[in-house]
Amino acid sequence: MTMMPLVDLAHARSGDKGDTANVGVIVYEAEHYDLLRGALTVQRVKEHFGELVKGSVERFELPNLHALNFLLHGALDGGGTVSLMNDAQGKVFSTALLRMEIDVPDEVAIKMRGRGRAP
Amino acid sequence: MVRIASGQGFWGDDLEAPVRQVEQGPIDYLMLDYLAEVTMSIMQKQRARDPGAGFARDFVPLMERLFPPLVEKSIRIVTNAGGVNPRGCAEAVVEAGRTAGVDGRASVGMVTGDDLMDRLDSLLSEGHELRNMDTDEPLSTIRDRVQSANAYIGAAPILKALEQGADVIVTGRSTDTALTYAPMMHEFGWSADDYDRVAAGVVAGHINECGAQCTGGNCLIDWWTVPDLDRVGFPIIEARADGEFVVTKHDGTGGRVTRATVSEQIVYEMGDPTNYITPDVIADFTTIQLTDEGDDRVRVHGVRGKSATDFLKVSIAYSDGYKAVGTLTYAWPDAAAKARRAAQVLRKRLDRLGLEFDDTRTELVGWDSTHGFLAGEPPADLPEVQLRIGVRGHDRAAVERFTREIAPLILTGPPSVTGFAGGRPRTQEIMAYWPALIRREAVEPHLSVEVLPV
Repeated sequence: MTMMPLVDLAHARSGDKGDTANVGVIVYEAEHYDLLRGALTVQRVKEHFGELVKGSVERFELPNLHALNFLLHGALDGGGTVSLMNDAQGKVFSTALLRMEIDVPDEVAIKMRGRGRAP
Repeated sequence: MVRIASGQGFWGDDLEAPVRQVEQGPIDYLMLDYLAEVTMSIMQKQRARDPGAGFARDFVPLMERLFPPLVEKSIRIVTNAGGVNPRGCAEAVVEAGRTAGVDGRASVGMVTGDDLMDRLDSLLSEGHELRNMDTDEPLSTIRDRVQSANAYIGAAPILKALEQGADVIVTGRSTDTALTYAPMMHEFGWSADDYDRVAAGVVAGHINECGAQCTGGNCLIDWWTVPDLDRVGFPIIEARADGEFVVTKHDGTGGRVTRATVSEQIVYEMGDPTNYITPDVIADFTTIQLTDEGDDRVRVHGVRGKSATDFLKVSIAYSDGYKAVGTLTYAWPDAAAKARRAAQVLRKRLDRLGLEFDDTRTELVGWDSTHGFLAGEPPADLPEVQLRIGVRGHDRAAVERFTREIAPLILTGPPSVTGFAGGRPRTQEIMAYWPALIRREAVEPHLSVEVLPV
């Protein structure tokens, strides 16, 4: 097994609803969906964001899109118009999640390393 | 087959996109989504200053340009550009039609009744508590600070306007998705209890509602290979009577439509994917099947839905204090250390002045303003960084005083500082968002459709 940044296994997009940010994470290769489901537990994601997410983390599965959706409650300093954050609408929580290092089989690391980065 | 094009994903989107959608290929409907949680409160602030304002003003000059080709090609427009003042918007659009010379050849449908502000006290006294969906507090705790209250409304009034022959339909707080699926229901005669097909329309609407965000714009996957974003094609839904549809864009335009670009848009602003709630149906996004047909075409099928709830969501804006954000730029060497020292100096001065805030926030743009502590500690050789410091509170004078404490740092704080050309930061009144639910029968009998001839 090898540690690899999630950015090479999946792409993502995030948005907001009030003080909650959502991050949808989609694997590049359908065959890695189970790997994603195993690695991105609610607890791991909550630990990863630490002080950035004040409330709870919820997770939903979209096997049809090979995607997971996370709701990060209390992540936006009150949200939209109230927040003092530069990213008040949570637009880039997506890539913040993709910083996470996950454990993958060696052959996955060899195949995917660098996938998520501009050449 | 009916083509429903998207021409605007938010208020402030590409002004030329609607014109390109009309000119660069065949479409039957053009939907323009102007509203978001934040937008309603901005429009509300504008209406408070000028009773004639409160809608997407850009839409009016746009219609001056669009009316002649719309009339020629029989394209109909559905938009929520009316914001918190659909009547003002619709009347301005009628004027735009006259300026464009389509008098007697077009009509404007106006949907009103989503605005609950005038009825708010009677609603509360009838027992509608309008509790905050996040905190469960009743609206009575902030009633005196409420500035606007609008119910999210669905397809029914848009359908009525389409049946009455309106060419341009202007609504207030229609849901973003209804702007796309109401034309589908109208064209194919879907009934309100045809849950699967209406849910498919909701999915089409969700894909359409952010404009180019499903055709390569703001797309993370392989972003460095997305072609010609300078002339990106906005999405077009090719809808069929059985509920299946294809997401595509006009030939020869920039951007890209693939399973991946559409998937990124589907997960945008998503909650529980098995319960995507709209006024007309609850769609199950885990049933969506995407088939990449190549050539910038993605087929969407398999969508299932179930009956809507007895409630509508209400978007309420209320005054909640003031905020201001100031910035200064610090240069190498030790740029981040200088910026942090400046923030400490400023905070001590604010304390000494006895100013109290509900919150203050310091971020370093160029280092940690997007990913926080995940960025790690900044290196000493960082070429530059922008200090971004904000305060929020209910004492306007304190926030105002804060805005006067940024500039002094240039000569009285750490060195190698620049970037104050923009001047003193502005104090903004905060319009906070209060999401609530209301029983549909308290709203729906009040919805009204009028068709105004140009």
